[in-house]
Amino acid sequence: MIVVVKAAEIAAKTKEIVEPWKGKHGGLIPILQEIQHEFGYLPEEALVTVSKELKIPKADIYGVATFYAQFHLKPRGRHVIRVCRGTACHVRGSLKIMEKIKQILNVNENDTTEDLRFTLEPVACLGACGLAPVLMVDDDTHGRLTPDKVQSILDKYE
Amino acid sequence: MSMYRAHVLVCKGTGCTASGSPSVFSAFKEELAKRKLDNEVMLVETGCHGMCEMGPIVVIYPEGAFYCRVTAEDVPEIVEEHLYKGRIVERLLYTIPTDMTKVPHYKDIPFYSKQHRIVLKNCGYINPDHIEEYIARDGYQALAKALTQMSPEEVLEEVKRSGLRGRGGAGFPTGLKWEFARKAAGDKKYIICNADEGDPGAFMDRSVLEGDPHAVIEGMLLGAYAIGADEGYIYCRAEYPLAIKRLKNAISQAEEYGLLGNNIMDTDFSFHLHVKEGAGAFVCGEETALMASIEGKRGMPRPRPPFPAQAGLWGKPTNINNVETWANVPQIILNGADWYSSIGTETSKGTKVFALTGKVKNTGLIEVPMGITIREIVFELGGGILGDKEFKAVQIGGPSGGCLTKEHLDLPVDYESLTGAGAIMGSGGLVVMDEDTCMVDVAKFFLEFTQRESCGKCVPCREGTKQMLLLLEKITNGEGTMEDLNTLEELAHMVKRMSLCGLGQTAPNPVLTTLKYFRHEYEAHIKDKKCPAKVCTALITYNIDSEKCRKCGLCAKNCPVDCISGDRQTPYKIDQERCIKCGTCLEVCPFNAVYKD
Ligand SMILES: Cc1cc2nc3c(=O)[nH]c(=O)nc-3n(C[C@H](O)[C@H](O)[C@H](O)COP(=O)(O)O)c2cc1C
Ligand code: SF4
Ligand code: SF4
Ligand code: FES
Ligand code: FES
Repeated sequence: MIVVVKAAEIAAKTKEIVEPWKGKHGGLIPILQEIQHEFGYLPEEALVTVSKELKIPKADIYGVATFYAQFHLKPRGRHVIRVCRGTACHVRGSLKIMEKIKQILNVNENDTTEDLRFTLEPVACLGACGLAPVLMVDDDTHGRLTPDKVQSILDKYE
Repeated sequence: MSMYRAHVLVCKGTGCTASGSPSVFSAFKEELAKRKLDNEVMLVETGCHGMCEMGPIVVIYPEGAFYCRVTAEDVPEIVEEHLYKGRIVERLLYTIPTDMTKVPHYKDIPFYSKQHRIVLKNCGYINPDHIEEYIARDGYQALAKALTQMSPEEVLEEVKRSGLRGRGGAGFPTGLKWEFARKAAGDKKYIICNADEGDPGAFMDRSVLEGDPHAVIEGMLLGAYAIGADEGYIYCRAEYPLAIKRLKNAISQAEEYGLLGNNIMDTDFSFHLHVKEGAGAFVCGEETALMASIEGKRGMPRPRPPFPAQAGLWGKPTNINNVETWANVPQIILNGADWYSSIGTETSKGTKVFALTGKVKNTGLIEVPMGITIREIVFELGGGILGDKEFKAVQIGGPSGGCLTKEHLDLPVDYESLTGAGAIMGSGGLVVMDEDTCMVDVAKFFLEFTQRESCGKCVPCREGTKQMLLLLEKITNGEGTMEDLNTLEELAHMVKRMSLCGLGQTAPNPVLTTLKYFRHEYEAHIKDKKCPAKVCTALITYNIDSEKCRKCGLCAKNCPVDCISGDRQTPYKIDQERCIKCGTCLEVCPFNAVYKD
């Protein structure tokens, strides 16, 4: 019962998001971005709704959603940790930071902890290379990291 | 209106924000109000100064005092000493690493004294959210000049004569590109600003967008006028939320001021500008993929011709330039082509912004005249190698670029000289490496990146990079053969020749240059089963020096697999069979008794 209501809710919200884009070109990516902003990921029901509303084949929508690293088809943790694996951070030891987080949280790259507290993702560069190595938790950037600073940073996020 | 006798500039760029500048800003606000100085001292939040590593940065005028690593606790002292008593707080000033002297004025810091700031002119000086501050520093003057005194052809001619070349990678002459778009048939034309900044280790475009968004907008307006376009897009990475926010704010302010929209400055020139958020694919920085992405499709490159100037966005003539390219344009129109072309080398005019990172003392963003040497960049602006270790290499141009060595230190940097040496200017990522960096690991690192980001459309790029990566993994695992080196080289040339777009065509560059200049390191991995820089995990062991070990037991307590044994009497020892080489023991040992071999 609950699941059905939820699916309907997702469909309704998605329709709202799609509405202003009807008849315009170039809307698919901004629509997917907004859906993800709303639900934290791209739920199946939402993609089906977009397909119906915009009359775009489902395969095309999945094609776009899976092409871009930004889009997620699975629910994610309450907090997203993005560890920079860009060049500046790499030569200053970002791999060690990544390993430390994996060890503390017992989670793999691109995966979510069982308690849904954290999702761990590598990212190409956060544009804060001057502070390498760098990671972001949600919208907070943490720089000049060493492996022993990791635990206390994670502790700030429930 | 009150007159201010001093200005306090607090950096709110991404780097300084991460290091805590928001709390420094509020501490100043509070302290100035408490001391009733808020009518005399103006507090400003600015964009990045380029020296993020030393952040949070606070600059106080009129003296130009440059304070580093400022915390909220330092603020009362700065207010009391500097702003109240007029005495500079020496302990917070920048220290030159070579002779440990303190530098009171930021202009005397070597990091800044060698710079020539055209694109970064306003970054760190103005509040990017206030269009008035941009206007006060000659902002939109170039546009006024163009619209009232120059024909579109004259604007185009000026850019052509300036010698400006694209800063996004290939270095194509900007004026010439504009001319193609201007001459293309059709009434509807687009211009695009490429702000996808994919090079993982470069952040100049981000800093310009965050610190001086109007410079990019004004550059685009001038381009639109010269080309005859009435609509434009800025395609910005989604990983740059602050840049997107600042751009949107700047656009709406420019619209309010009648600088964007219909009948700009009461002329019949109209131009509309939109921001598009990227969705996290490196290949979307390639121009044809970028346009596919704006159209809402998968961002895959397509063969050229037709070039964007003939058939670009939605099939219309389109001109696309990089952020830094656009930001140069207002200065060229304002100060003239002769002024601009007097800076730089024969073939490369003007300046280039580099993101100087890696193992140097001063990491950050620098804008230097073309023709400067790598030695000046690394040892003067950069202050030398971290911990005074040995310089080994510098990687220029990101995943499409190459590694240069000691022999290239005196190479004057311009498009041609870098290409000649096997690197490229690229976007301007400049990563310094020291004796502790393994060049095979670096090559593998870049290939992992390009392999992951290959869009998969063409086989040489998709499969070729995969095969190359497997070989590199084999070598770093100590299982490589000399035969593998040849195969690697052959594959590299094949991928370079046969790929459709620049991603595949340049992906082998880091491998080829390291093979050329650091072949001995590859050979050490293969023949001696050793990683000379002690980076590749499979080829190193962790050991405890029994002379140095004080038997404190910390390493054993922290070892995740409990493979260290010993006690108060027996020196501690690592069981090599069970060691997973995580390096924890080395980090925790207070007496440096653990070493890699
Ligand atoms: C794989 C690939 C990625 C690219 N990424 C970027 C980028 O992030 N930013 C950029 O300005 N140009 C990038 N380019 C270059 C663009 O295709 C294009 O040449 C450039 O935006 C033109 O602007 P310019 O003439 O001002 O340099 C990339 C090219 C390739 C092949
Ligand atoms: S070269 Fe690589 S990235 Fe470029 S089109 Fe081919 S597969 Fe895609
Ligand atoms: S931490 Fe260092 S000093 Fe202490 S037991 Fe281990 S090796 Fe010896
Ligand atoms: S390389 Fe890590 S922030 Fe740029
Ligand atoms: S963000 Fe402050 S100096 Fe770069």
